[in-house]
Amino acid sequence: MKKILLSSIILIIGIVFIGRLSYLQIFSFSPDQVLEDPAIKAIYDYPERGYIYDRNGKLLVGNDPAYDVMVIPREVKPLDTLMFCNLIGLDKDTFIKKLKKARVYSPRLPSVLVPQLSKEDYAKLQEKMRHFEGFYIQKRSLRYYDTKSAANVLGYISEVNERDLAENPYYVQGELKGRTGVEKTYEDTLRGKKGVQYIQKDRFNRDIGPYKDGALDTPPEQGKEISITIDKNLQEYGELLMHGKRGGIVAIEPSSGEILSMISGPTYDPSLLVGRKRSKNYTKLYNDSIANPTWDRTLLAEPSPGSPFKTLNALIALQEGAITPDTKIMCYHGFYVGKTKRGCHCGGGLRDLHVGIYKSCNAYFAGAFRKIYDKFDTTDEAMDVWEKHMRSFGLGGYLGSDLHTGRPGRIPSKEYYDKWYGDNRWSSSYIISNSIGQGEIAVTPIQLANMTAAIANRGYYYTPHILKKVNGKDITIPRFTEMKHTTIDRKHFEPVIEGMADVYHKGTARWLQIPDIEIAGKTGTVENYTIIDGVKTQLTDHSLFVAFAPVNNPKIAIAVYIENGYYGSRYAGHIASLMIEKYIKGEITRKDMEKRMLEKTLDHEYAKPYSGEEFKINEYVW
Amino acid sequence: MSGKSILKRLDWLSIIIYVALVGIGWINIYSSTFTDTDPSIINFASLHGKQLFFFGVSIVTIIIILALEANFFERFSSLFYVISMALLLGLFVFGKTIAGATSWYNLGFFNLQPSEIAKVATALALAKYLSDIQTDIKRKKDQIFAVGIILLPALLIIPQPDPGSALVFFALMFVIFREGLPLYYLVIGLLTILVFITTLMFGTIWIVIFLGLVIALFFLLKKKTFKIPVFPLTIIIAATILFSLSVNFVFNNVFEQRHRDRFGLWLRLEKDPKKLDQIRKTIGYNTYQSEKAIESGGFFGKGFLEGTRTKGDFVPEQHTDYIFSTVGEEWGFIGTATVILLFTILFLRLVYLAERQKNPFARMYGYGVISILFIHYFINIGMVIGVLPTIGIPLPFFSYGGSGLLFFTILLFIFLKLDSNRLKEGI
Repeated sequence: MKKILLSSIILIIGIVFIGRLSYLQIFSFSPDQVLEDPAIKAIYDYPERGYIYDRNGKLLVGNDPAYDVMVIPREVKPLDTLMFCNLIGLDKDTFIKKLKKARVYSPRLPSVLVPQLSKEDYAKLQEKMRHFEGFYIQKRSLRYYDTKSAANVLGYISEVNERDLAENPYYVQGELKGRTGVEKTYEDTLRGKKGVQYIQKDRFNRDIGPYKDGALDTPPEQGKEISITIDKNLQEYGELLMHGKRGGIVAIEPSSGEILSMISGPTYDPSLLVGRKRSKNYTKLYNDSIANPTWDRTLLAEPSPGSPFKTLNALIALQEGAITPDTKIMCYHGFYVGKTKRGCHCGGGLRDLHVGIYKSCNAYFAGAFRKIYDKFDTTDEAMDVWEKHMRSFGLGGYLGSDLHTGRPGRIPSKEYYDKWYGDNRWSSSYIISNSIGQGEIAVTPIQLANMTAAIANRGYYYTPHILKKVNGKDITIPRFTEMKHTTIDRKHFEPVIEGMADVYHKGTARWLQIPDIEIAGKTGTVENYTIIDGVKTQLTDHSLFVAFAPVNNPKIAIAVYIENGYYGSRYAGHIASLMIEKYIKGEITRKDMEKRMLEKTLDHEYAKPYSGEEFKINEYVW
Repeated sequence: MSGKSILKRLDWLSIIIYVALVGIGWINIYSSTFTDTDPSIINFASLHGKQLFFFGVSIVTIIIILALEANFFERFSSLFYVISMALLLGLFVFGKTIAGATSWYNLGFFNLQPSEIAKVATALALAKYLSDIQTDIKRKKDQIFAVGIILLPALLIIPQPDPGSALVFFALMFVIFREGLPLYYLVIGLLTILVFITTLMFGTIWIVIFLGLVIALFFLLKKKTFKIPVFPLTIIIAATILFSLSVNFVFNNVFEQRHRDRFGLWLRLEKDPKKLDQIRKTIGYNTYQSEKAIESGGFFGKGFLEGTRTKGDFVPEQHTDYIFSTVGEEWGFIGTATVILLFTILFLRLVYLAERQKNPFARMYGYGVISILFIHYFINIGMVIGVLPTIGIPLPFFSYGGSGLLFFTILLFIFLKLDSNRLKEGI
């Protein structure tokens, strides 16, 4: 016993030690993550965010330097709080609160104390900074806008929040991220990649040189500059025209699907959402729930399209052989659905396709629509065919563009009506409103513009997109460069387009003709309702217009949607006409018309539902 | 046999392990004191340079020891003991204070720690006394005298204060046990520690309940003829309960707060996990950092000079008492297991050597050497890997410290010298 006592103890202790060590080093082994290792500090080198140019190489968005005051809580030494607060422009309570919050986030990692100091404040602070241990200034760049337009297209950037940090480990506090628009869609392209340098620290938190001699360090990767398809001049001009009006304008180049302009009214100066005033301004814009300037009407509004939709119904009827261009339908200043008469403003009489389009005859298209359904044994079959054709124009679903947001609109399906009326308990009469683009149809302005582009191209379109070049090179993204064919044969487009051209010659837009430019277009007047004090109340009609020009070599396809602008040729028609002239000629020859559009506002119209009084709609005077 | 060179009679296995441990230790000292600004290996101004210098001194000392007559150590052991006790006493007057402990003589070029000398001298003196033909360890008087030899230096060292070093001397009890001190002393000692810990963890009430259960069991299972020793049993029970009660008193009134904290942390007396974590990061900072460093090494370690926590000096005293955490961080489990294995093999080898001695003095001294080395190893590594409370003593052959390395070497090589001589004795 006494001889083996010590040996046994030695062995037992050896086993205990090995056991403990295997517990520590094998079972609870937790490799130090470079960023979690208390002995390593990461210093970031932020590349400049990429510039954004318009389609002609004009600068839209650049950068301005900005300076963040950062804090690493555990390194903070007692300081002259009053002096520091004065320098950074915080009151003491806020300062203490922010410091506490930073400590909660992490005592070791930097937090932003004061974001985006102005150059003046920075100059004042910089020379005193060394007195305040634990604080330092991080240089960043802020967006600088060389235009007051296109806020909805460009989007804005803002500081990453807790959710971003949790979702993407790339970001660290205080970094900026694209929130909407191009800034969001092309965040990775524009942002570049921050460089990082790891510094070995000792326990007193002093730098003692690069970690692993800089083997893990990475240089910053420059953000790429991009050109977007927007025409700066056209965009700015459109926003001027939209002054005092709510709605959206989308112009597309039919031969490429490039979005020439995308104007949402009302809009705001993109510079409002830069720097320290961003959050205050944003709240103000966001809280304006009536005019709703942050709501991009070009992408999110889903009005019924109204009469422009007739062109598609005409194309489907032709394609399905339900009508020929010469098929005649009688208009009795309206048409009958059962015993109810639905009105028409075309003047009445025997209508063929051509007249039906340029006079926008409701009766003709109701008749044509019925003829489509009569071609098939069942409404279900007809509905499927009709829906398939509609969807081939990019309606009733997301377009698949590179815009940060969007809505699918609605092209009703047979399931939709089965649910609504019951299986087989509906017929073409029930859905006759669809023939004239009312009823259950909903399209966004960009879908409307895309549809127009497809007509302009006589049967195909390119998915609308906003990105034109990256670092000066044209994009080669297949989904934007590949043609999307509609299900309508090319030959059926000509009669429809002829009708659309005559809209300008002798139809609903005859006083909107642009000298020397052959345009094809279609007006739209859309009834709409709101609810005031629980009562469904009709408001002044929305004014819609689609057009493309020149007819034989389309350079621009445009959709204009003006809320409560009354009939199609009033506001939307004027604006479309001016936009086309501006784009093709570069200047406006019809100064009177331009002046009227720039000055007229619809503020009185928008005030009506909120006046609390009875009001008239669709007033003729303007 | 006497013609055989001493080199052939030395136990080379022990020497190889010794060299390996010193070498691995030095590599880790180099790593933990390494700075990018001064990467040179041989620079006597740097800590690793100084350690290298002392290794040189140790080799010279080894040669001297091996050259001396084997019975030199036995003959003069009493004298060494007296001198070392005098040196310990002298500290009260001439001692130099480093880090709060008056444990050193300032010799100009280096600081001498007499407790290191006392370890060697006490091991020698104890072996000498026990091997004396007149000593009979079964006798109470001789037992007390033997224990006194151990206690004296411990008592002189405690007030320095250096409780860690004082504790080391108690390890020499192994020698006395080996030579025949009844093992129930050891059992009583272990039971005392058990009662101490149990009281701290669960309170006196559980001790009483446990004792009650044991007695009840005893009564149930005893043979009818067995006469119960009522008086001694009562004494034992009373003594246990009294001791248990006194534990709380001593813990709360005699111990200092830092001791209470260390025990509290070790036995996890704080039940609230948040508070416990707080204590680990403040009072248990050293152990916390050292455990973290070892954990972060994983199986393969981060590699030589790649230990970020080592480089950042996150573990305090890493080149001295916490040197093992550098092994853990940079060499991983492979490194730590190797070191444990080397120590274990060395100790077992030394036990084997001690047992083969024909000369009782050599055997007893051998046991003394093992006891002292082992207790250092046990307490140091136990502390660094967080299974024992913080007691600051170095890891033999490993930790930075010139006099430490020198005297551990002397301690070991006197025994190897005695061992090399064992066959001569027989002639």
